[in-house]
Amino acid sequence: MAPLDNAKPVAAPGEEGAAATGGGRFLKAIYVYEVPVRVWHWVNALAIMVLSVTGYLIANPLPAMPGEASANFLMGYIRFVHFAAAYIFAVGFIGRLYWAFAGNHHAKQMFRFPFWDRHWWGELFLEARWYLFLERKPKLYVGHNPLAQFAMFWAIAVGSVFMIVTGFALYSEGAGQGSWQDKLFGWVIPLFGQSMDVHTWHHLGMWAILLFVIVHVYAAVREDIMSRQSIISTMISGVRTFKDAEVPADEGHERPAKKAAPVA
Amino acid sequence: MATLETFYEVMRRQGITRRSFLKYCSLTAAALGLGPELVPQIVHAMETKPRTPVLWLHGLECTCCSESFIRSAHPLVKDVVLSMISLDYDDTLMASAGHHAEAILDEVMETYKGNYILAVEGNPPLNQDGMSCIVGGKPFTDQLRKVAKDAKAIISWGSCASFGCVQAARPNPTRATPVHEVITDKPIIKVPGCPPIAEVMTGVITYMLTFDRIPELDRQGRPKMFYSQRIHDKCYRRPHFDAGQFVESFDDEGARKGYCLYKVGCKGPTTYNACSTVRWNEGTSFPIQSGHGCIGCSEDGFWDKGSWYARQSDILQFGIEANADQIGTTAAIGVGSIIAAHAAVSALKRAQHKGDV
Repeated sequence: MAPLDNAKPVAAPGEEGAAATGGGRFLKAIYVYEVPVRVWHWVNALAIMVLSVTGYLIANPLPAMPGEASANFLMGYIRFVHFAAAYIFAVGFIGRLYWAFAGNHHAKQMFRFPFWDRHWWGELFLEARWYLFLERKPKLYVGHNPLAQFAMFWAIAVGSVFMIVTGFALYSEGAGQGSWQDKLFGWVIPLFGQSMDVHTWHHLGMWAILLFVIVHVYAAVREDIMSRQSIISTMISGVRTFKDAEVPADEGHERPAKKAAPVA
Repeated sequence: MATLETFYEVMRRQGITRRSFLKYCSLTAAALGLGPELVPQIVHAMETKPRTPVLWLHGLECTCCSESFIRSAHPLVKDVVLSMISLDYDDTLMASAGHHAEAILDEVMETYKGNYILAVEGNPPLNQDGMSCIVGGKPFTDQLRKVAKDAKAIISWGSCASFGCVQAARPNPTRATPVHEVITDKPIIKVPGCPPIAEVMTGVITYMLTFDRIPELDRQGRPKMFYSQRIHDKCYRRPHFDAGQFVESFDDEGARKGYCLYKVGCKGPTTYNACSTVRWNEGTSFPIQSGHGCIGCSEDGFWDKGSWYARQSDILQFGIEANADQIGTTAAIGVGSIIAAHAAVSALKRAQHKGDV
């Protein structure tokens, strides 16, 4: 089966405007994440943090405020911040979805789940084996490795849609019947049974995304240290750099050009 | 019994003066939230339209709907029962019993074929061939299907008929089933609540009889005029919610000050009903006003969405009672521990192969 063109190991130089280092077939830096992807990533990360904290406080409110009700608006502010961040999250997601079509092929990866691609599943298990310390070296990837793509598809692409749909359904209860939120998302509440179940699932959705965030941050830091390509700096600069110039496993039998190369 | 009298004729026959009749029409208009310009319309309808009989069946239920219904203040239930709705069959309220009562059922079904309203209190159990609820020697399911066949419309009284309620709560041994899952070919108006508010019940029935059409329903089949907003949206304690002032436990300082009951499990924010506006017992009070949170009795499956004393509902699938936060925290700690162990092993491996990669 043909390798995925958006998750393949480092290929020949000259591809996608890559900054190849002095001839040969080994790439040192490739522009992967375009500006909208990077901006979205960090805005989204911030939105998720704000939404999680305020969402948790909506379900588990802070201790009572003393004084007149008219002198306090704590719960109101917390809910306002939650709704404001939710709008940023939703609009950002729509923008990101647009960029999947307008941007380069890496921008599409998060929205793809190549279920029928056996080669992709094979590489996913290879990556999983690397995480279980059963492989000496992971493969090189310009984009996301298949395991990361799998997690991102389910937690961020599907997870965001789930949270946006259930979130707006809950919001429509306050916005009232006939509001656009009600017209677009009101059907979700009878689908789940009633409002309480939508709350519970929205809450579980938060925890699912938070679990992804924990693993994501850990994996990014670890990969940055232990894998053979840059991770964290790539989401800031957009450029993927490679620490060694070894030929990808499926590119013949050449020896590595330099062993234990310094970080590029 | 089966003569096609108008409502007005029936009321006059009952000794109600025209003055009382007009007053009644105005009150009904007010109860339904209609403007005064619609009063003549109600008067006209009641003077000219032949009365529509209502057959009220009882399945698996506790009669709390009937108990609520007979306490209706606006309109008074004596007006409703005696003159307004022509309640021709209700085995709980009617004087006759046994074969005589069942004969009335057959007579009305024949005379008013396709033109009577079926009101169902309770629901049919489907397991054991419906043997868990027997009416007149036959399973209630059979009676329900028989009477529903020629009904103009069906009113599902209360949470039992609308959603299943307590007898359909897990594990539902008799397979008690809401009416709309048994009768699928008739318009069904759900009037949930355990019980529904009396004025809501009489309001719905009055609306249907005077305007000869079913009220506007929401997605779940409930009349919008009473079920379009949550208790929370019209709760008089809402300012305390927005202020972040909550009762932490019953009888604490916040409870004495009448703070919001959200943290002690009030289901007002997830419950659609008219309690916080219409209230109960001639507008005297409602649960939140008496210091107890709403238990969400008019919501689908409310018995399984406990606890009634915690904000987050238990998720029963996890065997032990756990809510979303407990599950999430446990999972986060689990994943965190795995990551810590993984990081330690990674560091060791890296030290082993230093300089290799």
